[in-house]
Amino acid sequence: MSAPNKSFDPVEVTALQPEEVARARDEALAAIAAAGDLDELKRVRLEHAGDRSPLALANREIGALPPAAKADAGKRVGQARRAVSDALKERQAVLEAERDERVLVEESVDVTLSTGRAAYGARHPVTTIAERMADVFVAMGFEVAEGPEVEAEWFNFDALNFIPDHPARTMQDTFFVGSEETGVVLRTHTSPVQIRSLLSRPLPVYVVAPGRTYRTDELDATHAPVFHQLEGLAVDEGLTMADLRGGIDAFVAGMFGEGLKTRFRPSYFPFTEPSGEVDMQCFVCRGTSVERGAPPCRTCRSEGWIELGGCGMVNPRVLVACGIDPDRYSGWAFGLGIERTLMFRHDVRSFHDIVEGDVRFTLPFGTEI
Amino acid sequence: MRAPLSWLREYVELPAEVTGRELAERLIQAGLEVETVDQAGADLTGPLVVGEVLAIEELTGFKKPIRYCQVNVGQANGTGEPQNIVCGATNFAVGDHVAVILPGGVLPGGFEIGARKTYGHVSEGMICSVSELGIGEDHSGILVLPRDTPVGADATELFGLRDDVLDIAISPDRGYTLSIRGIAREAATACGVPFRDPADVELPSASGESYPASIADATACDRFVLREVRGFDTAAQTPVWMRVRLHRAGMRPVSLAVDVTNYLMLELGQPLHAFDRSKLNGPIVVRRGEPGETLETLDHVRRELHPEDILITDSSGPISMAGTMGGLATEIDEKSADMVIEAAHFDAIGTARMGRRHRLHSEAAYRFEREVDRELPLYASYRAVRMLAELGGAEVLPGVTHAQEPVTPVTVTMAADHPDRVAGITYGRATVVRRLEQVGCTVTGDDTLTATPPSWRPDLTDPNDLAEEVIRLEGYDKIPSRAPRAGAGLGLTPMQRLRRRVGRAMAGTGYVEVLTFPFTSERDADDLQLEPHESRRRALRLANPMSEDEPLLRTTLLPGMFKAAARNVGRGFGDVALFEMGPVFRPRTDAPDHAPRLRVDRGPTPEEIASVDAALPEQPMRVAAVLTGEREPSGWWGKGRVADWGDAIEAARTVAREAGVELTARADRHAPWHPGRCAALFAGETLVGHAGELHPRVTRAYGLPDRACAMEVDLDRIAGEMPDGVTGPEISTYPVATQDVALTVDAATAAADVESALRDGAGELLESIRLFDVYTGEQAGEGRKSLAYTLRFRAPDRTLTAEETTRMREAAVAAAADRTGAERRT
Repeated sequence: MSAPNKSFDPVEVTALQPEEVARARDEALAAIAAAGDLDELKRVRLEHAGDRSPLALANREIGALPPAAKADAGKRVGQARRAVSDALKERQAVLEAERDERVLVEESVDVTLSTGRAAYGARHPVTTIAERMADVFVAMGFEVAEGPEVEAEWFNFDALNFIPDHPARTMQDTFFVGSEETGVVLRTHTSPVQIRSLLSRPLPVYVVAPGRTYRTDELDATHAPVFHQLEGLAVDEGLTMADLRGGIDAFVAGMFGEGLKTRFRPSYFPFTEPSGEVDMQCFVCRGTSVERGAPPCRTCRSEGWIELGGCGMVNPRVLVACGIDPDRYSGWAFGLGIERTLMFRHDVRSFHDIVEGDVRFTLPFGTEI
Repeated sequence: MRAPLSWLREYVELPAEVTGRELAERLIQAGLEVETVDQAGADLTGPLVVGEVLAIEELTGFKKPIRYCQVNVGQANGTGEPQNIVCGATNFAVGDHVAVILPGGVLPGGFEIGARKTYGHVSEGMICSVSELGIGEDHSGILVLPRDTPVGADATELFGLRDDVLDIAISPDRGYTLSIRGIAREAATACGVPFRDPADVELPSASGESYPASIADATACDRFVLREVRGFDTAAQTPVWMRVRLHRAGMRPVSLAVDVTNYLMLELGQPLHAFDRSKLNGPIVVRRGEPGETLETLDHVRRELHPEDILITDSSGPISMAGTMGGLATEIDEKSADMVIEAAHFDAIGTARMGRRHRLHSEAAYRFEREVDRELPLYASYRAVRMLAELGGAEVLPGVTHAQEPVTPVTVTMAADHPDRVAGITYGRATVVRRLEQVGCTVTGDDTLTATPPSWRPDLTDPNDLAEEVIRLEGYDKIPSRAPRAGAGLGLTPMQRLRRRVGRAMAGTGYVEVLTFPFTSERDADDLQLEPHESRRRALRLANPMSEDEPLLRTTLLPGMFKAAARNVGRGFGDVALFEMGPVFRPRTDAPDHAPRLRVDRGPTPEEIASVDAALPEQPMRVAAVLTGEREPSGWWGKGRVADWGDAIEAARTVAREAGVELTARADRHAPWHPGRCAALFAGETLVGHAGELHPRVTRAYGLPDRACAMEVDLDRIAGEMPDGVTGPEISTYPVATQDVALTVDAATAAADVESALRDGAGELLESIRLFDVYTGEQAGEGRKSLAYTLRFRAPDRTLTAEETTRMREAAVAAAADRTGAERRT
């Protein structure tokens, strides 16, 4: 490459002649426009905008011009080079877009192919519905209490006012551990957790106890020897059956939606007095299926009501057995069967499905319920 | 208890239009659990009439005897002419009265009767058996009626063939409702109509003793009444109306004498027993059993008696198990004309225990266990002998034996507003007193009430019992709803939150939760390949398991999970990943042989609670997983990845990670795992469980696919290692420096040891270490394996120089060489 020749007569510089600059520019623009792909454009760029291109060479001559001519020549060359550069940019963008269009189309796949590469799992609906129910109580300020499944008879029966040899005790068909003399059983209900809570927590006590329970029932569509219960217990000063009802109403609202009525029927449990059974209005038909001509409701068998569970005021004898003054404190308790609730809430037809561990049963329930 | 509405109506003045269902609704509101209302005979339509057999022609030439009869049905057929009826039964004679359904009638079960030709004759209707009438099981012959039954009368009305029957589940505190008397009383209160007490009969003035009897044990029996009848007509039949009621109530007719005792037990609630007078020897004594005594009971079983059994005895020894089952030797039979009728009040607990001990369940014992009205025996026994006289022509002897023991009457004292404070409503004293009096209590006092419950309500012992009576009769539906008023709670405990996280994490990594029964067996211990004295063989045994095949409580979650996995595989799902979270039961070696029964009249001391808990096993929370088939499925993208031992360990790490605990694996030999593919898992120095591939003998025993894998960890132990919390790390923005290093070690050297040596040697600027290749081929050398790691270094405050990084790498290699004999591969 030659350096600018300072002694050279600038007037003689052909490359800076206006028509020469214009010609170089037009040739460049024509070549750019003619470039059919990015490779060609790359060659055109080298030829017409590279260091050895006519316009670059012309630009180099400007320095040798007399000061008077520099401005004019610089302006013309600069304009020409900008035009070429802009055209290159523009053409580059067009060609890239064309290439992308073509290549990405070539790369397209069948997105309807199956993508199931990672196995997915689920939690058991008995677990998740128990959590859901417990959470409703937790939201009311209750805490979750627990107790052992292999339990002492004193906790499971005696302290709950089940008198020895009373028919109430034989009603709950009990698994005895070791022998009938050991005083150790598989708990027949979650109620011993009431006793453990009252003995270990400061008053007032507001707890909910979900858990696994056992009775010697053969497995059939609606029974199992191993099942789950959940119960809420409140012991405080001045609690009445109105509080019991309020607690159950809040539970029903949290679990099944607002605006459902509840109704109580007298019943009997040794550990509550008075005792009751509680029904809730069917959350599916909201009681309308009993009306003449209304479509039948599978959930409540068109009875309008669903049996929810048992409840009552904590028997003062239970409080005494826990060392609590029944003249000062009173309490309420409410319990239900978790599988039974699962069955009516989710239209599960058989207990077999709940206990067999078939993945086809459990998977649809996911991880929350 | 099954209660026919027509029977209740005898003692309750129910309006005629009240149906069984309506009454059931009222009773449910009052606290009786009416389960169903059967509309017996609802589909029966007449004409069903009483007829008299005028003539019988025996037809021959058929496979069985067939009779062609002429039956007089009076004007019931509109003509007064005899009906010609073909009948297949032979248990009747000319002159007998029978139930005849005429053409056009429909029998229970929708059986329509028409005039039709059969056996060569037109049969104009049918002569009915008790089963066809829906009032009994017997279909061997037709129902022969007494000859004084009016011919042409409507049999449906006459015998109460159409009736609503309420089936009521009796709760254990309401023994008095095990009778028409008790249910009628509740029905009267519930409907606000008058009640007439069936026990309210005027007793004749006493005139001497009947058969001699005494009570030797006052704790066994506090009232024992005997009356006698003579000259009972052994041919006397149970009247049809009584048979119908017994059938409706669920009892089978036996003989008039037995049916009378059963009928009165149903009506009054008082069990009665009849002895054959001629089979008794000497005075009767009520006492407990004596050593070596036996009794052959009515069911022909000779029973060894227990010293606590309550027995009726005479000079020959025991003759009856009180209120439970009579003895065979003194049983009334088809020749018994002279009878002694027993009505007594036995101890509820005593009869309950005796029934349980001998596995004897009778209607009588069922009632005694739930308390029988102590005031009934004199009245019930009198009604029994009266009925035997009226229906069986017996002569009632005037005497009555009445042995009794003094009983302290129970009174309950409570504030008059106690029911108000239980219910959260204001009833007022007047309402409280009125309701208690309706129940049968005698009430005195103003602000403080003293109630004496009636003899049929021994369950009323506490103020809350009285409160319940008031509240239920006023209506549970009146109780208002008051919003919950618990204070702020602390939310879930860390352990409760951990369990939820573990469940979600396992589900999120592809495991499906199962909840298996915790029952297991010695066979499981064998199938798991447990050593003879392994601690997991020491399991609690149930005294009364569901199945003798699974009498033990699980000490590991695995057998139940293997069975669940095999079930899925068997149903066509070979790629299974299951998990379970639940307790296992590990007996304590130092446990006492029984848990004490503490008193309940005060709170237990901490020592007392500890003495009870000491008898319980340890019940640690476990998490286990089992995997078969592909962990990552095959598909159009290529072959999937078969689950292996590493997935099982990773499942355990998933659990531990939720607790913020990092597990280290060490090679172990532990059943049921493959001895060369089993890791013991540690949190720090604490063993928390095992994971790996299962022993081939285990997969075979449980029918699992080859190479199935599993893990089981103790969540309580993992939780015990849970860090207090995470401190936010400082993040260095200086560049990372990466160094690869390949080492050869003895093939038996644990990779974990090499890695931990590298870690320790590399120093604190080591950010991470990753094993990216394991090679055991020729180039590694005989008995050697090659391990290749990427080490990443980063400093918090500067860019590391190449020299620094190299120095740290060399320090790491030196530590590995020192501790594991690792050699740098060149």
